[in-house]
Amino acid sequence: MQHQATAETVVHEKQSFLRRYVFSTDHKTIGIQYYLTGGLMGVLGAFLAGLIRLQLTWPTTQWNFLAKIFPSGMEGGFMKPEFYISLVTMHGTIMIFFFVSLVLVSGFGNYLIPLQVGARDMAFPFLNMLSYWTIVPAILIAAASFFVEGGAAGSGWTAYPPLSAVPSAAPGSGLGQTLWLLAVALFIVSFTMGGLNYVTTVVNLRAKGMSMMRMPLTVWSLLIASIIGLLAFPALTAAAIMLLFDRHLGTSFYLPAGLFIAGKLLPNEGGSPLLWQHLFWFLGHPEVYVLILPALGITFDVLVPFARRPAFGYRMTVYCLMAIAFLSMVVWGHHMFVSGMNPLVGEFFSIGTLLITIPSTIIGVNMIASLWGGKLRLTSAALFAIGTISFFGMGGFGGLFLGNAAADIQLHDTAFVVGHFHFMIGGVTMLAIFSGSYYWFPKMFGRKLSELLGKLHFWMTIVPFYGIFATMHFYGLAGAPRRYYNLSQYAFLEGVRWMPMVITVFAFTMMAGQILFLVNLARSLWNGEKAESNPWESTTLEWSALSPPPHGNWGEKEPVVYRGAYEYGNPDAKEDFVPQTVPT
Amino acid sequence: MTETGDQAATRTSPLGVALAVTVWFIGIGVFILGARRYLPEVASEHGKGIDVMLIYLLVTTGTLIVIGHLVLGYFVFRFSRTARVSPTLPGVTAQRFWSIAPAILMTVLAEGGVLVLGIPVFGQLYTQEPPADAVVVEVTGEQFTWNVRYPGADGEFGRTDPGLITADNALGVDESDPAADDDIHDLALIYVPVNRAVKVRLRSKDVLHSFYLPHHRIKQDAVPGMTIELWFVPNREGEFEIACAELCGFGHYQMRGFLRVVSHEEFERWLAEKRS
Amino acid sequence: MSSAREAPMNWSGGVAPLGMSWQKLMMWIFIVTDGLLFAGFLASYGFARTGARSWPNQQEVFHLWFISLMTFVLISSSATMATAVAAARVADWKKVGNMVLATVGGGVSFLAMQAYEWGGLIRDGVTLGSNPWNVPAFGNFFFLITGFHGTHVLIGAIVLATLATRVRAGKTTAAGVELAGLYWHFVDLVWVFVFTLFYLI
Repeated sequence: MQHQATAETVVHEKQSFLRRYVFSTDHKTIGIQYYLTGGLMGVLGAFLAGLIRLQLTWPTTQWNFLAKIFPSGMEGGFMKPEFYISLVTMHGTIMIFFFVSLVLVSGFGNYLIPLQVGARDMAFPFLNMLSYWTIVPAILIAAASFFVEGGAAGSGWTAYPPLSAVPSAAPGSGLGQTLWLLAVALFIVSFTMGGLNYVTTVVNLRAKGMSMMRMPLTVWSLLIASIIGLLAFPALTAAAIMLLFDRHLGTSFYLPAGLFIAGKLLPNEGGSPLLWQHLFWFLGHPEVYVLILPALGITFDVLVPFARRPAFGYRMTVYCLMAIAFLSMVVWGHHMFVSGMNPLVGEFFSIGTLLITIPSTIIGVNMIASLWGGKLRLTSAALFAIGTISFFGMGGFGGLFLGNAAADIQLHDTAFVVGHFHFMIGGVTMLAIFSGSYYWFPKMFGRKLSELLGKLHFWMTIVPFYGIFATMHFYGLAGAPRRYYNLSQYAFLEGVRWMPMVITVFAFTMMAGQILFLVNLARSLWNGEKAESNPWESTTLEWSALSPPPHGNWGEKEPVVYRGAYEYGNPDAKEDFVPQTVPT
Repeated sequence: MTETGDQAATRTSPLGVALAVTVWFIGIGVFILGARRYLPEVASEHGKGIDVMLIYLLVTTGTLIVIGHLVLGYFVFRFSRTARVSPTLPGVTAQRFWSIAPAILMTVLAEGGVLVLGIPVFGQLYTQEPPADAVVVEVTGEQFTWNVRYPGADGEFGRTDPGLITADNALGVDESDPAADDDIHDLALIYVPVNRAVKVRLRSKDVLHSFYLPHHRIKQDAVPGMTIELWFVPNREGEFEIACAELCGFGHYQMRGFLRVVSHEEFERWLAEKRS
Repeated sequence: MSSAREAPMNWSGGVAPLGMSWQKLMMWIFIVTDGLLFAGFLASYGFARTGARSWPNQQEVFHLWFISLMTFVLISSSATMATAVAAARVADWKKVGNMVLATVGGGVSFLAMQAYEWGGLIRDGVTLGSNPWNVPAFGNFFFLITGFHGTHVLIGAIVLATLATRVRAGKTTAAGVELAGLYWHFVDLVWVFVFTLFYLI
């Protein structure tokens, strides 16, 4: 065996609190650190969204208590337009990088990969610890950027130059933008370290008998997501470095000649704003698949034990995940149809983008078909997993509009886009986070979550979510532009003035519903009912470890795998499931 | 897809019923809400083609959303009531069918839509040259308004130089250039005659903006350092709004402008008035 | 470790299918991502240059014979590194130490020559903002790309110097030398691309 004994043996000397819980190199502790940190950032991102909704729905109301928290942005209780733009920017940045990526990819990924492949820990536990502790300063820098002069970055999470490259172009383009770039750079470093670990662990540290086609879909999706992330992030690193140069060293990578900003003619020449867009979206598009693929994998892992049937079309799903990943790297231009890029290039990107509908639809069909012939156990986890299928369909079909270059002319930069991506990287991902949480909480903490609270949480999430983001699709069809501080003066929106209010009511309802989840977590962590090893009667490897697993995961003997990941409903078995470790 | 008698035996599952009903409600609700008219009333020739594409997509995706949700809801309803798992696993044929069928469906629907409906519209908008009698207007976005300029009787725009920009000379027009003498300037207001092509030379003075005419199905980013040409044919008289569709700073929401589409006589009258 | 190359790759779990340790796999993945960073810079350079109205004539701007000499020095240092890796495999640690030091020497010479080149250009008036040929993008990309590459060479030289002292103290393994060798060859390969795309064509 070419394993490296990377984890200490089960019995080891007592470690200090710091080494065991703060600077831990155990993948499970690191996974939980990511999960909780990301969760906290999700709450912050939701708070920012709440502020955005307040402005869009009640632009003339005075919010005095908010002026106390944000004295310059909410001076006198009224929101300044530049503060609104920085809210929009930071909401997106925090939710994408510091909530969804952290919880779904880093949190669940770190926790589950070694357990599901039968390893004792990740390939390089020390690097793993470093990857988490690189995120912490990134988050602190991002949060601090709100309180510097000029406020947080204000050029959208997309940071298009010249707005982001010229400090005088907007208040948020000063120190706030530099801090944004630093935070994102640190995130990329952290992600790269994590991605290296994931790929190496899955390739090299699988247990005996755990062939690639016996791995759960969670692991496949995380592996594939890590690969495209590793391939795509360097483009953003390159782009960010060049943007920092333009901002601070007088270069002109993105700045053409003749820019007249803040009353001054700038000396730059020779650069192109389109260069940033190409580089950014070369990362940006695969990035959203880095977020959604693990969500799809987790959804399968949750649906299957609660349907008591094998995943329908497991192999095909694996191939489709690979196809989506490959295609995702060659369609970045669909964000740039009206950018000034050659329109014929746009048609090429359009054709490529619509190819992605094929493997995506097959995956959606496979999810639905996995329910066929099953005996559904509608636990909270299962409810969220089933809801994910609906979200994936709704969001995915919206993608047909946007990937189509002709239709996109009307829909680009409208609320339709906002509705679409919230379904995909805010809906599918968030529901997968919840279904994964309800499913794996017993394994992670050795306790059970309340099913009653979980079900209430489900209903208070799924219905309002549709209310918010389906409405946004219609708002975008009506032509409402995105990133607008105030839309009330535009006559062409007269017929849809009622929509922002409806969206906001659903939004606050949904936010309230999330409190149920937080309460559930806190209560169960404190004194929830103890959980056994395999409360859901699942087949995958993690359920043959203790709840929670000890350091080193498996005790003295590493597991040996004899069968695939989803042997349920097998007529030859005594029970209706056969764990992977049971010999044939 | 056979089932034994055992699988047919039922248990009750109010949660299953509730979930199924919710899923059906969502699918049907989205379809019904999506069937309403949201698009701003179209007012350009090529816009009709874009609307055909949008309606095609609404109908096809709407249908798929309904069908998908009906199926999902039915599966939830039925299999939350079964007493045991079906002992038959899906066969190879079933698995192959349910991979090939969606692939063919999406190829036809999605790619077919793009290629058959989209390319003609695209070609008309981006590869055809506007007719020779098109009204030419230059629009230069800046933080936070639209500078509008007509070339005047000589049909030529005066030379501009960013170095000449002052508070009174927003575009930096070189006054010594004779072509600049008859240029007509305006702010956030564009006059055009109905049923005649309009060619827009789109520029930007500072950061990215985007020239967006919701009623005319026109949207094009204004990129500093580039002059981008676009054209369209407004086919309805009236006053239509212009909005900015690329984040350009804190005043992004304030870049409201107007496109006034008037009769030919009215346009000539307006031109003559501006020239004097 | 490379002897597993003869056997077919084993993906059935319990063994590393590529026949390499996780450290080596990780170094390869790192090299790929770092290479993509340089690819991003070079692609941006290509985008800017194809869109530029004019571009300085490299034969006039650079002393191409000098750059070719730099390239030769760096490639030679790759050769000495490869010799070091081979020597480590047969545990000829004295040879390893000498070859690693030679590699460090090659790297440091390369950096010194690069610094000399930079100094000459800066004296000629090439800055990040402007240059005598009025194509700011030229200076932008030159300093960015060669600067990043030079930083990688410097880091490599430091790592190798540390490695040399550890060899002396008897604390290295053949695997460690091989890992360092992989990084050094990568840095060399990047230079070949930079030399070709920026200086030659």
